[in-house]
Amino acid sequence: MDKIVIEHLTLTYPSGTESLKDINLKIPANAITVLFGPAGGGKSSLLRCLNRLNDLVQIQTLTGSIFLDGENILDPKMDVIALRRRVGIVFARPVVLPTSIRGNLTYGLELANEKRKSRLDEAVERGLKLSALWDEVKNRLDDPAIALSGGQQQRLCLARVLANQPEVILLDEPTSGLDPISTGKVEAALQELKKDYTIILVPHSVQQAARTSDYAAFFLQGELVEYAQGKDLFTHPKIKRTEDYIEGRFG
Amino acid sequence: MKRSLSWSETLITAVVKTCGYSAVVFVLLIFFFLLREGVPALGEVKLSELLSTRWYPIENHFGILPLITGSIIVTLGAMLIAAPFGIGTAVFLSEISPRWLREILKPLVELLGGLPSVVLGFLGILILAPFLRTFLNLPTGLTALAGALLLGGIAVPTIVSIAEDALDAVPQSYREGALALGATKWQTIWRVTLPAARSGVLTALMLGIGRTIGETMAVMMVTGNAPVMAIKLSSILAPVRTMTATIAAEMGEVANGSTYYHVLFFIGLVLFVISLAVNIIASSVVFRSKTRAERVLS
Repeated sequence: MDKIVIEHLTLTYPSGTESLKDINLKIPANAITVLFGPAGGGKSSLLRCLNRLNDLVQIQTLTGSIFLDGENILDPKMDVIALRRRVGIVFARPVVLPTSIRGNLTYGLELANEKRKSRLDEAVERGLKLSALWDEVKNRLDDPAIALSGGQQQRLCLARVLANQPEVILLDEPTSGLDPISTGKVEAALQELKKDYTIILVPHSVQQAARTSDYAAFFLQGELVEYAQGKDLFTHPKIKRTEDYIEGRFG
Repeated sequence: MKRSLSWSETLITAVVKTCGYSAVVFVLLIFFFLLREGVPALGEVKLSELLSTRWYPIENHFGILPLITGSIIVTLGAMLIAAPFGIGTAVFLSEISPRWLREILKPLVELLGGLPSVVLGFLGILILAPFLRTFLNLPTGLTALAGALLLGGIAVPTIVSIAEDALDAVPQSYREGALALGATKWQTIWRVTLPAARSGVLTALMLGIGRTIGETMAVMMVTGNAPVMAIKLSSILAPVRTMTATIAAEMGEVANGSTYYHVLFFIGLVLFVISLAVNIIASSVVFRSKTRAERVLS
């Protein structure tokens, strides 16, 4: 089942650079789709379109449509706040809010006016367990979140998104600043999570793309070059440019 | 070659050092001068007399309480007006208004801060006071309220300018983080951006208070200058006299070295101590929040 359908999406910035050129992409539910390619390829721009965070930056033109469960989210009448609750995002650099570990987890729910303590506690535990952080922090939930290590902070950000119970999780190079062990923990958590969520990941290396992907899309200078199941694309790429990139001949 | 270089180096260091130390020395000298001229008042007038409620120096009544309360009520009133306005404007400029509008409005607001207060006092006498008199049906428009409104207007540019800088310095990633969790614009401002800029905003408020309590010309022109106790709520609609206005208005008429002269300096001393206290409280609040963050980060 396709959770997200992108049709003829074109995005340009005021500087004149075309960031996305006529992108057509179908992203299936309950799988990890990776968007990979060299820097400046439009991966992050696409990711930010998916929960309308690009509303915050200056954009020259944005045409085409993105359907989430059949509903065009680029429609100006779209309720952006509700959309962002359904489509969560984890950034490359963890942004922990200046409060306790628990406070970070309950923040999104409190914004949505959830006040029942049992619900909040439940969400804290669920989020932390899903992101494989629970055992490390369960005895110090009221400590300041900023005291956690980088890897723990990143999983906290993931947990915070999960506490909101989204449908889609966007991850923009979530492990770029992490050591291999923490990276392994995050990737393992993602493999568990895909049973219940649609996951779109911009990996920080081709190796990670190959390791984690169910589906993979190769972006080059704003174009979607090739899109296929991960196991096919990384072993038998159909297009020369994809092959060159995967094998490290450029980029 | 090497020798001349080290020589010029020494000279420049000495000059810079002199500048730095002299700033401290000047403040100390001012303080000692105030002490020398003001403290004798304590010997010449009984403390109970100084703390009485009657200011009538011609007949040797030197109660400075009406002046202190006058200053406080005007300052409080001004801050009640300036704080919400100033922070609101700063939030608008930094978070809501489009960039081009901000580029126009911020310099304009800062320009307002440079307006001589005498000019504002003029406007206060000609426009504000008559308006208050007819609008609120008072015997006179020259009241604490007029002073508070005017001083509020004077403090707003200071508050806006500094608070806006603080808000602008909050990393964009904080806002994105909150918005990505489904926060509305207002929730982001109120629960993430403002708390993150807290110390800068507090500094802005404290500098606003400093500006208000030390202001002389505008208040002297519009508060009516009646030295009566301002401790009731209704005092805001009555004339008051502030410490600054008293010094400015009466210093020119006293005999050098007289009791009256010493008491005026004593008022200056009180003013000095109050603004020092405001500054110390401000910096300790800012300092404390900083050390907490540092402790957590380490």
